[in-house]
Amino acid sequence: MTASPSAGVGVSTYTRVCRLDDIDVEGGVAGLVAGDAVAILRTHDGNVYAISNYDPFSNASVLARGIVGSRSTAEGDVPFVASPMHKQAFDLRTGQCLDDADVRIPTYDVRVLDGEVLVGPPQEH
Amino acid sequence: MSPQFRRRLVVVGHGMVGHRFVQAAIERGLTETHDVVVIGEEPRPAYDRVALTSFFEVGAEALSLLPEGEYDDPRVELVLGTAVEGFDPETRTVLLEDGRVLEYDELVLATGAAPFVPPVPGHELPGCFVYRTIEDLEAIRAAAATATVGAVVGGGLLGLEAANALAQLGLETHVVEMAPRLMAVQVDDAGGATLARHIESLGLTVHTGAVTSEVVAADGRAAGLSLKDAETIPAEVVVFSAGIRPRDALARAAGLDLAERGGVLVDERCRTSDAHVWAIGECAAPAGRMYGLVAPGYAMAEVVVDALLGGPGSFTGADMSTKLKLLGVDVASFGDAHATTEGALELVFADAVAGVYKKLVVSDDGRRLLGGVLVGDATAYGVLRPMVATPTNPGIELPDNPEELILPAGRGGVELGLPDEAQVCSCNDVCKSEIVEAAADGTTTRAGSTCGSCKPVVKKIIEEYFESVGKVVDRSLCEHFPLTRQELFDVVAVHGYRSFDQVVEAHGRGRGCDVCKPAVASVLASLVGGHVLEGPTRVLQDTNDAFLANIQRNGTYSVVPRIPGGEITPEKLIVIGEVARDFGLYTKITGGQRIDLFGARVEELPAIWRRLVDAGFESGHAYGKALRTVKSCVGSTWCRYGVQDSVQLAIDLELRYRGLRSPHKLKGGVSGCARECAEARGKDFGVIATEKGWNLYVGGNGGATPVHARLLAGDLDTETLVRYLDRFLMYYIRTADRLQRTAPWVESLEGGLDRVREVVVEDALGLGSELEAAMARHVDGYRDEWAATLEDPDKLRRFVSFVNAPDVPDPHITFRAEREQSVPGDVAGPVSLGTTVPVGSPR
Repeated sequence: MTASPSAGVGVSTYTRVCRLDDIDVEGGVAGLVAGDAVAILRTHDGNVYAISNYDPFSNASVLARGIVGSRSTAEGDVPFVASPMHKQAFDLRTGQCLDDADVRIPTYDVRVLDGEVLVGPPQEH
Repeated sequence: MSPQFRRRLVVVGHGMVGHRFVQAAIERGLTETHDVVVIGEEPRPAYDRVALTSFFEVGAEALSLLPEGEYDDPRVELVLGTAVEGFDPETRTVLLEDGRVLEYDELVLATGAAPFVPPVPGHELPGCFVYRTIEDLEAIRAAAATATVGAVVGGGLLGLEAANALAQLGLETHVVEMAPRLMAVQVDDAGGATLARHIESLGLTVHTGAVTSEVVAADGRAAGLSLKDAETIPAEVVVFSAGIRPRDALARAAGLDLAERGGVLVDERCRTSDAHVWAIGECAAPAGRMYGLVAPGYAMAEVVVDALLGGPGSFTGADMSTKLKLLGVDVASFGDAHATTEGALELVFADAVAGVYKKLVVSDDGRRLLGGVLVGDATAYGVLRPMVATPTNPGIELPDNPEELILPAGRGGVELGLPDEAQVCSCNDVCKSEIVEAAADGTTTRAGSTCGSCKPVVKKIIEEYFESVGKVVDRSLCEHFPLTRQELFDVVAVHGYRSFDQVVEAHGRGRGCDVCKPAVASVLASLVGGHVLEGPTRVLQDTNDAFLANIQRNGTYSVVPRIPGGEITPEKLIVIGEVARDFGLYTKITGGQRIDLFGARVEELPAIWRRLVDAGFESGHAYGKALRTVKSCVGSTWCRYGVQDSVQLAIDLELRYRGLRSPHKLKGGVSGCARECAEARGKDFGVIATEKGWNLYVGGNGGATPVHARLLAGDLDTETLVRYLDRFLMYYIRTADRLQRTAPWVESLEGGLDRVREVVVEDALGLGSELEAAMARHVDGYRDEWAATLEDPDKLRRFVSFVNAPDVPDPHITFRAEREQSVPGDVAGPVSLGTTVPVGSPR
């Protein structure tokens, strides 16, 4: 299902990906959103994040299968997913790689409405 | 009560409590108004019955509580070697066995208790004894002089004392206990088991859950114990120590009230149903309850003296805490040791290796200590005992992590002993000295950044460097847990945690990471069992465990069905070939004599495994920190050199240990002769056939730092071999660090391989049977993970490419052909399918 976008410039399309219950707490699923492979991950505090599923270090579409956790930084605990390939960590909020300041991956707007998870367009940071 | 009308106080019994009563009567001035007559049945004055076992060493003199033979007060008369026949509350008279009649104003019964002898046939034969008086011990010593084997019926406190005495007298000693554990009153099952192991390591034999049905006679003397449902134990000396019974016959005959379960019923002032008769010690039952320890008896003696002086003293129960050394083993039990308080929680630390068992019973809010059991190490007793809360005493509030009170202090490190020029990381050519220099400069190297196999060694080198310069090394697992894997294993075992959330909330911080989550999952797998994809443990697993397959460079997986011992039928080979062909999988023979199928998309895994499971294959656990394979040569069946059937043994071992989760991967090998074609000594455990049986080698591996396995034991029969292997593997699983293979683990133990041999072969710690039992639980609990996954829709639902387009293959996965097979194609960046691809609901 695609949430009824009306044609036109500037319209954001939100794709229903799954039910919230389909995502394990501190787990993830891969979704297809406007042709992009997107990892939708859920944290222990109840938040849901969407980032590109593509791990630029391994050139593989795998981030939804990573382990979700937290890393403490000067700014507090950062929710992250570790790539299942070589364990690089990505900040779920910004897509910033926590192990390499030069690498950042796309994030997507995500909404949870009536227990349904909707993923919107890529976000600017 | 004026002095000119002196009254007479008669005390019946001159044991420890009767003596204490007289002492108190003298000290507190009761003898100013009363003449005291003490009647003792035994030929000598009171002696220290608690220390009775030391009689053989120190003699009767040293035990005496009244070495001068009389009290230093002329108003006390001591009559020894004289039994009391009875007393009459009406006439207030006591009749002695020599016919004398004594009048009394007040009568104190301190007749103690008698050993209970179960009425089994033969219990009165010569050679049967009880363990209560010096005379009993003299008789036992005389009988032991001509005997070789002794048995004690009863494994309680006194029974173990008696067993100690028999062992001291040079007898081969058996302890026969009806309950399922030793010291059933004071300790719980696990504590009793630890105690039994200690005692057996001293050469005594313990039989628990054993009911004595008869004392067997030969030549009119005891010759053995016949046990129900078990073999007869030979024993020329039999000591009954199956509990005690209050000696309340005098009170019964005089018509006084008795407690339901025996003992003279007394009120809180220790007064019987007759106002002028009092009872103290083991013959008394305040509020109907008998106290078989000396301290409450002393308290009762003080209460009666106080009452006779017109004081307000009362006896309202006693602390039954005990701490003692039995046969050299510390045992302590205090407070509510059996956790009978409503809502009580138990914290248990059990270190079977060291023979230590400790249990705390805490209140439901975890703030109050209610009781506990300590076996093997009771040093904490002094700290814990005052903390105990009782209905009348709140005790001392427990700290936030009360298990710290019973956990051992941190374990020490070991030397790695690598030369400076040793290449540690072969991927990036980093040697030890470079790592040390980087650690000193605070910089980094590339070591461990590629394949990661050298990470444990790098960690160890850095730890050793910092230790060598006197800095404290943080062996924390990661930022979330200030614990090593061993410590994590201990806290999970102590608290009985079943989920990551419980562990991190109590002992960690944050929400974990890719280091601690799989480590917790591995510990939970060892301690709790269950399927690795069950409920909340699924998200703890590394991707290989999470999808029960091995991830490859393009995000696809490889599949390895188990081929036990490397033996496979043509039919099964054909199935593997067909599955590979139908799913377009690249096939390669592995080093462990199996077949690896590469290039399976995540959504194809269930269909692939459906075909494999239907053909009789099981998971090969190539994805897990678990047993991989047991490699074999073809052995005596075909080989003209073979001396044993190495294939059969390899299959048996692989099926026995399949699915066993461990700190790192585990491999085995079996060679049918000394030519060693299975390369068994390159494995964690290797078996090489000899003319007489099998040689067992342990601690080998290939990989980045190859190590040859070393001989643990030689010329074993198959049954012994399996027993040693069970013990070796479980010992490793319980005590190794995260990602530590068997070779570095053996080196990390103090004593190295010799230590392993002591524990595994010689069973020096007596934990062999426990390790075997843990392995038996694994073997019994094994289920094929893939078969179970295929049956469970909840476990299967993650095996999709896209949750909202399960039939659309991930476009990042491409293949090209190489040497007539599919291999990963190149991907340069994210691929978009555009908006034309239909997406739909997942269900």
